[in-house]
Amino acid sequence: MAVVYKKSIALTDTPLSFCPGCTHGIIHKLVAENLVELGVYDRAVGVAPVGCAALSDHFFSCDMYVAAHGRAPAVATGQKRVHPDNFVFTYQGDGDLASIGTAEVVHAAHRGEKISTVFVNNAIYGMTGGQMAPTTLVGQKASTAPYGRSEEHCGKPIRIAEMIATIEGAKFVERVSVDTPANVRKAKKAIRRAFECQIQGKGYALVEVLSTCPTNWGFTPAGAMKWLQENMIPYYPLGNFKDFE
Amino acid sequence: MAKAKLTFDTEKCKGCELCVTFCPKKILVLDSETNSKGYYPVKVTNIDECIACGTCAIMCPDSIITVEKE
Repeated sequence: MAVVYKKSIALTDTPLSFCPGCTHGIIHKLVAENLVELGVYDRAVGVAPVGCAALSDHFFSCDMYVAAHGRAPAVATGQKRVHPDNFVFTYQGDGDLASIGTAEVVHAAHRGEKISTVFVNNAIYGMTGGQMAPTTLVGQKASTAPYGRSEEHCGKPIRIAEMIATIEGAKFVERVSVDTPANVRKAKKAIRRAFECQIQGKGYALVEVLSTCPTNWGFTPAGAMKWLQENMIPYYPLGNFKDFE
Repeated sequence: MAKAKLTFDTEKCKGCELCVTFCPKKILVLDSETNSKGYYPVKVTNIDECIACGTCAIMCPDSIITVEKE
C-alpha cells in the first residue's frame, strides 16, 4: 500500500505537551514537513521561545535552542552569522514575539537577517493561564481582562504581519490560518516560501499563523476553530503582505 | 475489500475530535474505552468508506494517524 500521510521524521516520538486540540501541533507538523521536503533538515537549527512552545525542542528532531523570553531572533541571528550554512528558524508565540520580544523581531527584520520566523498567534498567553496578550481582541475575555479587553484601557490588538511588512529587510511576510484543511495546506505553502526566502539568501521572512487555544478560550477544539474564523480572521486578515522575486 | 488503511497511535491520541470534525465521510468516532492517559481515542467505524484523502491526518495536532491506500 502507498503511504498517503505519515508523521514527519523531523518530529520526535515524544508525545506533545500541548492541550488536546491545540493547533500548535498542526503548525509543528508543517514546519517539520517543510524542513524535510526542502532538504534542509540535516542542517536545520530551530530556536524555541518561552511559552507553550518552549518545550518544542523535545518535539523537533533537528538541533534546537530554547531562547530567553522573546530573544529567539537574537539567538537565531548569532547562529546564522557564525554558521551561515545552517538553516535557522525561530518558532514563537504571540506572548513571546508580540510583547516582550517585539524589539528583537523588529530589529532582526530591520537588519535583514537571513532567518525565518514562524509566529503563532492565538490571541492569548496560553502556558501561564490565559492572560491578555497584545494580540487579544477587543472584548475578548482573558484571566486578566475578566470583562473583556477594553480598547480605552489597553488599545487595539497589534498586527505583527502588517508591521513587519513595512520593514525593508523583511522580504517575505504572510498571514495564514490553520482552521480548515484547505487553510492548513495554504499555511504549509506559506511556510515553504518563507523557508525558501532564507535558502535563496534573500533576507528575513515571517509567517504569522492564526492558531487556537481551546483551553484558555473556553471552547471545544472544533468550537475554537469556529471562533477563530468568526472573530480573529476579520481583524487579522489572511494573505500575503510581501514576497520576493 | 477496503482500499484504504488507517493506523492510529491510540496511546498518543488526546481525543480532541478534530479528525472526527473534518473527516469528509464522517467515519471517525471516539472509542468508548480510554487509553492509559484517560483520553477516549479515535477509531474508524467503516473503513470501506474511507477515501484515503488524508484530511484526518493533516488536521491531527498529535500526528497519530498514518494513512495508506492501494
